[in-house]
Amino acid sequence: MTTRPIAIVGAGEAGTRAAIALRDHGYGGPLILIGEELHPPYERPPLSKAALTAEAEPSPSAIADAYRLADLRVERLAGARVTAIDRAEHRLVTSEHGGIDYERLLLATGARARQLRAPGGEHAILLRTYDEALALRRLLRPGARVVVVGGGFIGLELAASARERGASVVVLEAAPRILTRGVPADIAEKIAARHRRAGVEIVAGCAISYIARDGGAFSVALSDGRIFAADCVIAGVGAAPEVELAAAAGLAIDNGIAVNGRLQSSDPDIFAAGDCCSFPHALYDGRRVRLEAWRNAQDQGAFVARALIGASEDYAVTPWFWSDQYDLHLQISGLVDAGATVISRDLGEGAVLNFHLAEDGRLVAASAFGPIGKIAKDARVAEMLIAKRAKPDPAYLAAGERKLKALLAA
Amino acid sequence: MSESWVDACAADDVDAEDVIRFDRDGRTFAIYRTDDDRYFATDGWCTHEQAHLADGLVMDTIIECPKHNGRFDFTTGQAKGAPVCVDLQTYPVKVEGGRVFIQVG
Repeated sequence: MTTRPIAIVGAGEAGTRAAIALRDHGYGGPLILIGEELHPPYERPPLSKAALTAEAEPSPSAIADAYRLADLRVERLAGARVTAIDRAEHRLVTSEHGGIDYERLLLATGARARQLRAPGGEHAILLRTYDEALALRRLLRPGARVVVVGGGFIGLELAASARERGASVVVLEAAPRILTRGVPADIAEKIAARHRRAGVEIVAGCAISYIARDGGAFSVALSDGRIFAADCVIAGVGAAPEVELAAAAGLAIDNGIAVNGRLQSSDPDIFAAGDCCSFPHALYDGRRVRLEAWRNAQDQGAFVARALIGASEDYAVTPWFWSDQYDLHLQISGLVDAGATVISRDLGEGAVLNFHLAEDGRLVAASAFGPIGKIAKDARVAEMLIAKRAKPDPAYLAAGERKLKALLAA
Repeated sequence: MSESWVDACAADDVDAEDVIRFDRDGRTFAIYRTDDDRYFATDGWCTHEQAHLADGLVMDTIIECPKHNGRFDFTTGQAKGAPVCVDLQTYPVKVEGGRVFIQVG
């Protein structure tokens, strides 16, 4: 009798980390990692940054190369698409490899970049994969006119990378300011100022009427009549969770594959982790959230490995997010919108650390921006205080000369 | 094998349970001081990506990469789990006359 494997659909950060962690935790049975891309599992954060700006042609930053996966006895199916889940038979239907039986299944299908919804929106380039980054890299030439639609993290990182490559850059944002999702206004303004200093034109509060192709170039027209000529239009307008496979199999969906605190779906033998799932966060009274972040994918991948082999605790890792913008660094931990008041600590050289306190005084989020050497240590301490559900003295938090680390001992 | 010791900093330049950066001849290092005043030195860059460990937080004898939460025991250089799996190079350290010397080899 052969044992059915644990199958993982999605060979990105969450899926690959889960495969590694299963072996770390002593799972010795068969393990299959299925992904649509042909590259070995790789890290996505560099795609909007170093992969575009590096002088030399970059190579994917591997999470685990073929040797490591072989060493871990992970059967890797690359270029394979799972087309259906037969839950009754515990079997996956794939495009190239026929049926694959599973004992337990992890869906780590990630998210896909949203299409720009405007007439001519199909002309806008999207960025999600390494191959897309390579294609984009060739377009970011000195003197190229680049229009970035969307003033979120991807859009702004792309804007910074395009400037570093010598392109001229306009960022178009529909909301009244950039980074409305999860970033406090003071930090968003600092980031906008840094972009303007680099020569990026930011147009907020605008609506795109259409994008037209004109030979090898494009025109991006706004509803107020302005028209921007572009050699390259890039859209960074958010991501949508990849839930089609789960939905077709009848699993519960709620802004992502709906899982419980153990990251278990409405089918007890199917789990989900990373960008594709929404889960009740134990640190925030079980509030259901979906996080699109590298660290979350990594943490949930490691966590779900234990859940897949029977662990029963609930996921409670503090959300954590970072972004690089030129020489400056942003770090956000916790959920900013869970906060009621903000206490700011001046870290010098224009760097700031905001503490977001709930109404009962509990620290629920921290947002920091500035040179990495100015913010990273204190931001990490803040993250640990959030995990401890600390209620620090606001006056102490604001006093920049007092050591934050001392609060951890309290 | 070179026996040359390099004067890196004053012992007081590093706070207890903290780390500072030291650059020399195009190389960069991180100099650590533990809570009980022992000193250690490693390469400066995290083995995972371009981030300087001197910007990271020291907890006990663990240094965390400031960008990606990779962890190393700076007394041995050993990587302590994802996302880092490559150990850090460490260097011998001695403290004499209130100065910290490292043997960069």
